[in-house]
Amino acid sequence: MSFYSPVRTNAAEAASDEKLHLFTYVEDPEQHTVKRYEEHGGYTAWKKVLADMKPEEVIEKVKNSGLRGRGGAGFPTGVKWGFVPKDSPKPRYLCCNADESEPGTCKDRVLMERDPHGVIEGMAIGSYAIGCHLMFIYIRGEFGHCIDRMEQARKEAYEAGHLGKNIYGSGYDLDLIIHTGGGAYICGEETALLNSLEGEKGLSRIRPPFPAVEGLYASPTIVNNVESLAAVPHIINRGAEWYKKLGTEKSAGTKIFSLSGHVKQPGNYEVELGFSLKKLIYDEHYGGGILGDKKLKGVIPGGASTPFLTPDMIDIGLDYESLVEQSSMLGSGAIIVFHEDTCIVWVILKLIHFFRHESCGKCTPCREGTGWLEQIIRRIEAGEGRKGDLETIEDLCGNILGRTICPLGDAAVMPIQSALRLYREEWEYHIENKKCQVKSHYPFK
Amino acid sequence: MILSEASVKLMAEKAEQYPRRKSAILPALTIAYRQVGYLDDAVYKEISRAIKVPYVEIAEAATFYTMFPKKPVGKYLIQVCHNISCALMGADSLIEYLEEKLGIEKGETTPDKLFTLISVECLGSCATAPMMQINQDFYENLTPEKVDQILDELRAKA
Ligand SMILES: Cc1cc2nc3c(=O)[nH]c(=O)nc-3n(C[C@H](O)[C@H](O)[C@H](O)COP(=O)(O)O)c2cc1C
Ligand code: SF4
Ligand code: FES
Repeated sequence: MSFYSPVRTNAAEAASDEKLHLFTYVEDPEQHTVKRYEEHGGYTAWKKVLADMKPEEVIEKVKNSGLRGRGGAGFPTGVKWGFVPKDSPKPRYLCCNADESEPGTCKDRVLMERDPHGVIEGMAIGSYAIGCHLMFIYIRGEFGHCIDRMEQARKEAYEAGHLGKNIYGSGYDLDLIIHTGGGAYICGEETALLNSLEGEKGLSRIRPPFPAVEGLYASPTIVNNVESLAAVPHIINRGAEWYKKLGTEKSAGTKIFSLSGHVKQPGNYEVELGFSLKKLIYDEHYGGGILGDKKLKGVIPGGASTPFLTPDMIDIGLDYESLVEQSSMLGSGAIIVFHEDTCIVWVILKLIHFFRHESCGKCTPCREGTGWLEQIIRRIEAGEGRKGDLETIEDLCGNILGRTICPLGDAAVMPIQSALRLYREEWEYHIENKKCQVKSHYPFK
Repeated sequence: MILSEASVKLMAEKAEQYPRRKSAILPALTIAYRQVGYLDDAVYKEISRAIKVPYVEIAEAATFYTMFPKKPVGKYLIQVCHNISCALMGADSLIEYLEEKLGIEKGETTPDKLFTLISVECLGSCATAPMMQINQDFYENLTPEKVDQILDELRAKA
């Protein structure tokens, strides 16, 4: 058993390309140690911030860089930091979201396993920006290896004086707690995450109040994804202008895409935002084309909650705007590819089963609606579909969308709606002929 | 005592770190699970003493989290991811293969109490599919040969 995930990365490219920065050292087997991290320039940004930057300057810089959240919603990171009230007498908290449970997503794990200090340094800088002295990382409980890695990195960071009291003689104190989850997707949703951190069930909270005003222990709290925070030290070191020039005008920077499903070379690839989706799937340096040289049937571009793309839609740049133009979303950057031998009803059944299982049950449309949807879709998939089922599904979707406490409800129905829109004949065939047009039973070899 | 001294110590340390002790419930559950392999009332009671949080609060929170088996399982808990990326790469076949190899159905434990087989949602290893988790370890890019080898090694170790 090796400690590292055997996942393929484009670290070699990142090491030789000045623009790529998240993956530069991820194939270095010692990068997780504080010593090697420092040798590679680690913690210089944190030192610089504590020595000569005011918190407002850090926020300004991150705002100017154009960095947007990599956890799914793409909200500008610096702007979010700016929402923390300046005058609150309460403590402030920063929580790094390492729940990584959106199906298709396997990128934060690589950063934690292989470059844990990069995550800690980003968290530290974010904490300073909002005036936080106690920060948390919420790691999904199944990631035992990441938890151990982060615990070890935490210990080394304290010993080396990067965390603790009066860091580098600046007078600034900062502590880190490694928190572990219990196998609930919903705890990746920021308000459920906060409940879970408080020792409660992971149920979502009604907003407002937003976490930046009233979050953990009813105090101002910022929740940021692992990858968003890992980009921050690079922005400090190389400047907002440098970062802003990467990617596209509105989608700055680089992003790690987790490419999975029917491609020859699945893996995690760091590329500039705006990178061609087609190239990522077909180029020999990345996905290398479709398994068995079969025909592409569809792509889920941003994790299980994002609407599908058909083959005629993949000639686009991977940035927030281009995907919205295709009625989809960049999401967490999890690109799931499937070829012609895949039944769309079967794909949707896998997805709705997941969302039904993970619904926290707090609001009725999501709790009941996902259950009904799963039942009907399971029936269709089994060849027992009835006339009118598709209309019922559409009706159910319409009654969930926009009517729930948290976005999980929307996440459950958006792929279904898009699958009905884009692959309608296939659903109809399935119901009329009581079977699939294609068989989607895959051997593992 | 079910919990080892080391586990109790770890939990107590965790509880000290947080502004509120109740926050240590989930990490304590994880520590207990990693040592014991499952959680039940007896375990909750010991956690309660270790982190000084009332038993009911621990038992209540624990019901929500699906990662912890709530009754004893085999020495090796095999959890196969059945979510989309893994399914596209043959997770369903993998489950059938394991059922045949182990002579049990999904959800069951082998008579010698060595293996329990279940399937779970995405484990964040989608680009190394299909995959399974056995106790704390992830096994990825699985093939029939690899599965055979893994089972043989675990049997030899047991
Ligand atoms: C159901 C659901 C699950 C989510 N899971 C995750 C997750 O696993 N990791 C993550 O970083 N964000 C997840 N998010 C998004 C978070 O709520 C939040 O927007 C994000 O962590 C903010 O960080 P960012 O601004 O850096 O992206 C999820 C959201 C929803 C609605
Ligand atoms: S939408 Fe679903 S997951 Fe979100 S609060 Fe409602 S029931 Fe819970
Ligand atoms: S889908 Fe199986 S690990 Fe993500």
